[in-house]
Amino acid sequence: MANAATKKAGPVEKKLISVADTVITAAERSKDPTLAIPVRSLANINFNEKRGIIEMGRRKQARTFFNVAMAKKFMQTVLVADALSELQRAGLTTSLREIYYRTKHTMKGSHENTFDNQNESDPLIEDLEVTLAALREELHVRAENAGSIVGPVVFGDDGDRVDCARLGKGGYSVPSIVEPEYIEIRRCTADFVLLVEKGTQWNRLSEDKFWRRYNCVLLTGNGQPPRGVRRLARRLHEEYKLPVYVLVDNDPWGYYIYSVVKQGSINLAFESERMAIPKAKFIGLSSADPDRYGLPRNVGIKLNDKDIGRAKELAKYRWFQKKEWQEEIKRMLASGLKYELDSLANKDFQYLTKTYLPRKLKEHDWLD
Amino acid sequence: MATVLAKVPTAEPKAAVSAAEMGARQRDISVSEFFTKNRHLLGFDNPRKALLTCVKEAVDNALDAAEEAGILPDVVIALEVSSPDGTPPPPPSQATRFRVIVTDNGPGIVRQQIPPIFAKLLYGSKFHRLRMSRGQQGIGISAAGMYAQLTTGKPVQITSRTGARAAAHYFEVQIDTKKNEPRIFESKKVDWEHPRGTQVTLEIEGRYQKGRGSVDEFLEQVAIANPHVKLVYKTPDGDTREYPRTIEELPPQPREIKPHPYGIEFGILLRMLHDTRSHSLAGFLASDFSRVSSAVAQEICHTAKLSAEMRPRNVHGTDAEALYKTIQATKIMAPPSNCISPIGEKAILHGLYKQIKGEFYTAVTRPPSVYRGNPFIIEAGLAYGKGPDQAPATPDAPAVPLAEGEQLDDDNELARVIRYANRVPLLYQQSACATFKAALETAWRNYGVTQSRGALPAGPMVVFVHMASVWVPFTSESKEAIADYDEIRKDIKLALQECGRRLGMFLRRRERAKSEFRRRNIFELYIEEVVEACARLKGGKLPKEKLKAQLQKIALRRTGGTRTDEILGHDGGPEGLPHSIIVTPDGPEGEAPVLPGPASVEAAPPEERRPEPDRRAARRGKGKAAKPKAKTAKRRTKTAKRRTKAPRRKKR
Repeated sequence: MANAATKKAGPVEKKLISVADTVITAAERSKDPTLAIPVRSLANINFNEKRGIIEMGRRKQARTFFNVAMAKKFMQTVLVADALSELQRAGLTTSLREIYYRTKHTMKGSHENTFDNQNESDPLIEDLEVTLAALREELHVRAENAGSIVGPVVFGDDGDRVDCARLGKGGYSVPSIVEPEYIEIRRCTADFVLLVEKGTQWNRLSEDKFWRRYNCVLLTGNGQPPRGVRRLARRLHEEYKLPVYVLVDNDPWGYYIYSVVKQGSINLAFESERMAIPKAKFIGLSSADPDRYGLPRNVGIKLNDKDIGRAKELAKYRWFQKKEWQEEIKRMLASGLKYELDSLANKDFQYLTKTYLPRKLKEHDWLD
Repeated sequence: MATVLAKVPTAEPKAAVSAAEMGARQRDISVSEFFTKNRHLLGFDNPRKALLTCVKEAVDNALDAAEEAGILPDVVIALEVSSPDGTPPPPPSQATRFRVIVTDNGPGIVRQQIPPIFAKLLYGSKFHRLRMSRGQQGIGISAAGMYAQLTTGKPVQITSRTGARAAAHYFEVQIDTKKNEPRIFESKKVDWEHPRGTQVTLEIEGRYQKGRGSVDEFLEQVAIANPHVKLVYKTPDGDTREYPRTIEELPPQPREIKPHPYGIEFGILLRMLHDTRSHSLAGFLASDFSRVSSAVAQEICHTAKLSAEMRPRNVHGTDAEALYKTIQATKIMAPPSNCISPIGEKAILHGLYKQIKGEFYTAVTRPPSVYRGNPFIIEAGLAYGKGPDQAPATPDAPAVPLAEGEQLDDDNELARVIRYANRVPLLYQQSACATFKAALETAWRNYGVTQSRGALPAGPMVVFVHMASVWVPFTSESKEAIADYDEIRKDIKLALQECGRRLGMFLRRRERAKSEFRRRNIFELYIEEVVEACARLKGGKLPKEKLKAQLQKIALRRTGGTRTDEILGHDGGPEGLPHSIIVTPDGPEGEAPVLPGPASVEAAPPEERRPEPDRRAARRGKGKAAKPKAKTAKRRTKTAKRRTKAPRRKKR
């Protein structure tokens, strides 16, 4: 909408056109066309302790055209860039899967398809994001609306007023793109944001009107929170100075979700700047909670080999080096058990709403 | 209580049987009775295998006889469905009774020998001599007759004629299983259309099923290893399959040899000492063994501390043991190998080329080797690829865009091992066989073929292994697997490794040329896409042709330019690859035979064949062989189809 019907190419479109320029310039000089793509892996990230976020390093990989191993990928990258610029010109947003379908065709005079499945095109979009320093939202690519929000906050969405306090227990479905151009936060009177890993527990809290009693915004991402949810939490945190608490299962994956919210993810390290909430707090479920809240051992689940490996890996990450965190992980490994948020229902259906969270908040029992 | 005892006297615990009673129960067991009870030992475990075994025994005998008489064998095998009571016969796949008729053009059998040959177990010419032949024990055909007798009660019918002037004799015989003697039902002179040869008819219970271990497979493999044989196979379905002769000469006649001293057991040495006609020990050693000269004989006597002049009959006890040990410790030349007649590299190549479609063929004949004093020769061959007929067909096919999840062709077929002992295909008990173990042990990955752990290599490949020996050590009487002697397995591995090396060379050469070509090809494809995308990105304001030309120039420079075309044009070539055939779309290169078309076979009836002019004609035909080649190609496709069917069935 913002970019719609602009005859002149916008800044993002210009970036996309630069891919074509790379090819043309190289061809003029009889050189192999090459794209320098920042490496997206654990080896190429730095943890900026001062800012508390994961930042992308400087390492880049060259993707050249005249190399049998890379030729196809290079060609595909150019195709994706073309499709993305088409979106820019038309002012539309689209999904990853649609990009895949848009760019898939059989190459002239052969049986070969440009793409065989979506796994080939998805990473290329991320490649372009980092190469061109353009966010996915700026590229007009959205993910599914995989999050919900409820609480005393009012948004403006496409000119509609959305009052999240009046949307029943279902709440408002968080769009994938929540940049200010698309979503406007008109008013927010909450005291904090509670980001819940699981939709089921978010439903529990929403049904019990937890947010009304404790004057908070309830957010969920149904598992690993998608960008939209993370970005929205960050905006509430930044624009309204709300503290963010993260409530996840007590397992290595829960820890990682928390760390992604707090410091950013390894894969999308370049976006930490806009996404990460270094002040986010880990409210639970902690490996100390079963003891503290008297959860019986039999509601735990035995850690499998994958869990143990992942936990050990996490313990090595630089942003998990704080003493409390090392203890937290060690305690889980020592007990050999993981606990789901749902297991709190063992005590009472409303245990989470009526006992667990109130006590946590009262005791300021969280990890940083 | 008393009445019960009276009624069942045997229930009373009786005293143990006395020695006299036991002695009275002991009696001879005839070989025939033994095998009636243990027919699985001879390969008659189930109806399907029994049918194969009957065909196999009859064909083996026919080929042995013809070859020994110096005749190029022509064998006709007919399988017919029979019904016992005149009702219309069921379709072959449902039938349970078959008539097996095998006719050869061999020397024929003299009248009085016919009954014992076909109806007496352990009667034959091949057991006592050390000479390479298909049959060894004199069990086969009489066992087949016994099986017929057991399952259908029908006698074996034999017609044989020793020459155009002699009369043909017709016999119906059965075996007297108690006495192991023939029982003659019918014996008469008949008119027979063939001037010479033998015809055997067996009526047996069996099952006809195609695929692995079938009669069809057996005959196909016979044709591969015996290119000097002409086979005509009349299937129960009413088809007639012809396997033409591709080599017009008999393999060299194997000679008979004396036993080699390393190969004999102590007991046999004692028997030989007793039976010999020599008067002195040294003379006995020199004359009754191969590779023992009189000097060596003297040396043996000396080291064994025995007099060279001693009478052999008087050597026993510790003397004999000393002699035996000394013999084993003395260095004696390996046995002569002219007692074995290998198939030969050329013939294997021809056989494989004739029956199996592929792009690359190679064959190796190893130098003779010895196990337990028996000389043997290992031969290996390899056919690789899908054949050129299929390869160019795909690019012409209309380009159907593939949907997600579809693959062009997932090729995970495993190689097939075809095994032979003295030219006879072995179809059962593959995994117990030394050849199969050697094929598994060979590190095929070194030769550019994929192979998972403990499995055969993967790919469109047929591995051929032949062991020729005066005495092939089978694991059982049914002759299904070669026993796993270290010497044998080692030699097989060496042969396979040599084949593998040549295959590796072929594959590498082809791969190099192909990958260069592919590189250029993909660049051409991708340039098109990249240029189009760039033009769209630039909003259509781009001189497309110019960009395309610039990129193509870079591509050409980076993929070796015209050099690639040269490599491709040659496609490797058989230079440097001995005894190999490479099949290119332009035709075979290397020692490829010219397959006679059906026409030339008809033009030369078996009796009047003069090999010389035929061969010359064939050679001349090489240049313009387009037409017969097309026909043979068709036939080869047929066999290839059968080939691909077999493993699939196995999977289910």
